[in-house]
Amino acid sequence: MSEIPHFLREGYLTVEELKNYVGLPSEERLRAKPVAVPECPQEIPCTPCKEICPTNAVLMENPNAVPRVDYEKCIGCSLCVQICPGLAFFMVHYLGDKARVTMPHELLPVPKVGEEVVLLNREGKEVGRGKVVTLIPRERSKGDTPIITVEMPLELAWDVRAVRVRGE
Amino acid sequence: MRLNEHPILNFDYRRGKKVTIYFEGQPIEAYEGETIAMALHAAGIWVYKTSEKRERPRGLFCAIGKCSSCLVAVNGIPNVRSCITLVEEGMRIEKQVDKPKLPRDAKPPKWKDAQKVNADIIVIGGGPAGLMAAINAADAGAKVVLLDENPMLGGQLVKQTHKFFGKREQFAGVRGIKIAEILEEELKKRENIEVFMETSAIAMFQDGEEKLVVAVKKNKELMEFRGKAVVVATGAMERMIPFENNDLPGVYGAGAIQTLMNTYGVKPGDRVLIVGAGNVGLILAYQLVQAGVEVKAIVEAMPKVGGYFVHAAKVRRLGIPILTRHTILRAEGKERVERAVVAQLDDNWKPIPGTEKIFDVDVIALAVGLRPSIEILHQVGCQIIYARELGGHVVCRDNRMETTIKGIFVAGDSAGIEEATTAMLEGKVAGIAAALSIGVAAPEWLNEIEKAQEALNEFRSGPFGRHVLEGLKKVVIK
Repeated sequence: MSEIPHFLREGYLTVEELKNYVGLPSEERLRAKPVAVPECPQEIPCTPCKEICPTNAVLMENPNAVPRVDYEKCIGCSLCVQICPGLAFFMVHYLGDKARVTMPHELLPVPKVGEEVVLLNREGKEVGRGKVVTLIPRERSKGDTPIITVEMPLELAWDVRAVRVRGE
Repeated sequence: MRLNEHPILNFDYRRGKKVTIYFEGQPIEAYEGETIAMALHAAGIWVYKTSEKRERPRGLFCAIGKCSSCLVAVNGIPNVRSCITLVEEGMRIEKQVDKPKLPRDAKPPKWKDAQKVNADIIVIGGGPAGLMAAINAADAGAKVVLLDENPMLGGQLVKQTHKFFGKREQFAGVRGIKIAEILEEELKKRENIEVFMETSAIAMFQDGEEKLVVAVKKNKELMEFRGKAVVVATGAMERMIPFENNDLPGVYGAGAIQTLMNTYGVKPGDRVLIVGAGNVGLILAYQLVQAGVEVKAIVEAMPKVGGYFVHAAKVRRLGIPILTRHTILRAEGKERVERAVVAQLDDNWKPIPGTEKIFDVDVIALAVGLRPSIEILHQVGCQIIYARELGGHVVCRDNRMETTIKGIFVAGDSAGIEEATTAMLEGKVAGIAAALSIGVAAPEWLNEIEKAQEALNEFRSGPFGRHVLEGLKKVVIK
C-alpha cells in the first residue's frame, strides 16, 4: 500500500505534499500581492484555469497535465479561483502579521464582508477565527462560484481552506 | 420536506401550480411538474410498494425509471413508475401489494391505432449524448425525432450542480444544469427536430431498410417511430451491491438522491452514509451539504479515493470522513433505514471482526458504479461483449459509433460508462455519422467527426482515460 500517496488515501493534501508537487511561492512574492496556488496534484482532463489566465501564468503541457503556476507572472486576479471546476485554486497574500486567503464558498449562508467566520483546515477541523475582507458574489464571479477572501493569523495561511459561517 | 434555500438552485422558478393527489386515500400536497415519487417523498412517505413474496417494504431506488422499486397503482392502473410519472390534480395512488391486476374495464391500445411518426433519424434518449446527436444530425440535414421517457430533457445533467471538467469549448467550468439548458435551447431552435417526452421506447425492429421503434407515451398510448437510422443514447443504470437489508427504503442509488434534492428540491433525509468514493459518491457528498443534509461518512472498499482528488478535498475540508478499506455490512430498520453498520476490510477484502461501526442515518447512498442500459440494443440483435472497464455488457461498434447492425448507432453511457463530456462528443459523432450513412449529410461533415474524435482521444489520454481505452480495445470494431 506504500505506493498510494497520502492524499489519495486520506482525500486531502498535507502542506508537505503541496510543497513537493507544486512548490510554494517565496515569502517575498507572498508579501508583494496575492498569488494563486493550485491544489490539484492529479492528472485529470481539465484546463479552464489555464484558458482563463490573462497572463499565461498557469502552466500545463497538455490537458491532462497537473497545473503549475509561474508565481512571478501571476497578478493575483483570482479568475482561476472563480472558474476552477474542482474548487482547487486558492490565493494567498501576506500582510504584516496577517494572511489573506481567497477561496471558493459555494455554501449557504454566504458571509458578509466584515463578518467573523470559523476557519477550517483541509480536514474540516476548526483552527481559529478569521474575518471576511472581500466577497465576489456568484453573479459577478466568472465561474458562477462565490469567492471570499478571509484575513487570519499568518501562521494559518497554509492550513485554512474553508470556513464555517455562523449566520444570523 | 421541500428545500427552499440552496446556494446553486432556485426552486421557486421550477415549482408549478399546487395540486392535491391522494395516497391510500390521504390528500398529499404536490406541485405540477413534480413526479409522484417526489411529491410522496416530500410528504414523508417512503414506502411505495411491498415485495410480492415476503411483503417487504420497497421505495425509490434509481428515480429515473430504470428499476421497478417504486411501482404504484395510479387511478387503478398498476405498475406505474412513480419516479417518472408527473402528478395530476386528483390523482389516486395506491401502494402496490402482491401481483397487481389490470382493472377489468381497462382496454390496452391496439396496434392499428398507434400514432405513426416518420423521420430520417430517431434518437432514443434526451441526455447529453442524445441531445448532441439530435442537434448535429439536424444540422447535417436530417429530419430528427427524439424521444425520452422522462418528463424533462437533459438526462442526468439536470441534477448536476457541479461545474464540468475538460476544455472550456466543451463546457468546462459550466454547471451541468446550465449545460442541459443550453442544449435544450439549441434543440428547440431547430425546426427539423421533433421531441416526444414521457415516451418510453420499448422495442426496435428492422423493417427492410427502415428501423421501427415502438414506444409507449404517458404509460398508455402506443406509438410507432419509423426512420432510416437510430441513435440509441439510453444512458446507464445504477448498480446495487449485496448486503443485508439492501432493499429497505432509504437505500438509494446516488443518482436518486441527486434527483430528489437537485431536480425537485426535496430533502432526501437528514443523515446520510455514502458507499463509494468515486466521483459520483464524492460529488454527492458535497451536494448533500449544499442541500443542508448531514453526511456522516463515505465508505470505500478500495485503499484509496477512486474519483478525482479535488472532489475528495472539497468534502474533506467540510469535515466529512472518507473511510477507505471499509464496506457496508448491513442496513438496519423496520420500514426504512435507521442505521448502517460498516466494517474495515483486510487485505483479502474480508470484513475484520470487531471493527464494526454503527452510523445513525436515515439514508444510505450507493455510489458503486453504473452499468450501460443496452436492453433495446440487445433486443434488436446488436453484438454484445463484456468489457469490465466500460461498466459491463456493451455493444460492439466502430469508431463512428455504428453497431453491428447497419444504421443503428450508440452514444454516451449506453456505449460504455464515462463522463458527460465524452457522452456529448460521442453523441456528436453518432448524430453526424447517422446523417452521413443515410446520405443526407454533405461529405464536409466528416471533418466535424474527426474533430470530435480528436477531442475524445485528448480527453481519454490521461491516467483516468487509460482503463476506458483498454475497454474500447475490446469493443471497437476496426
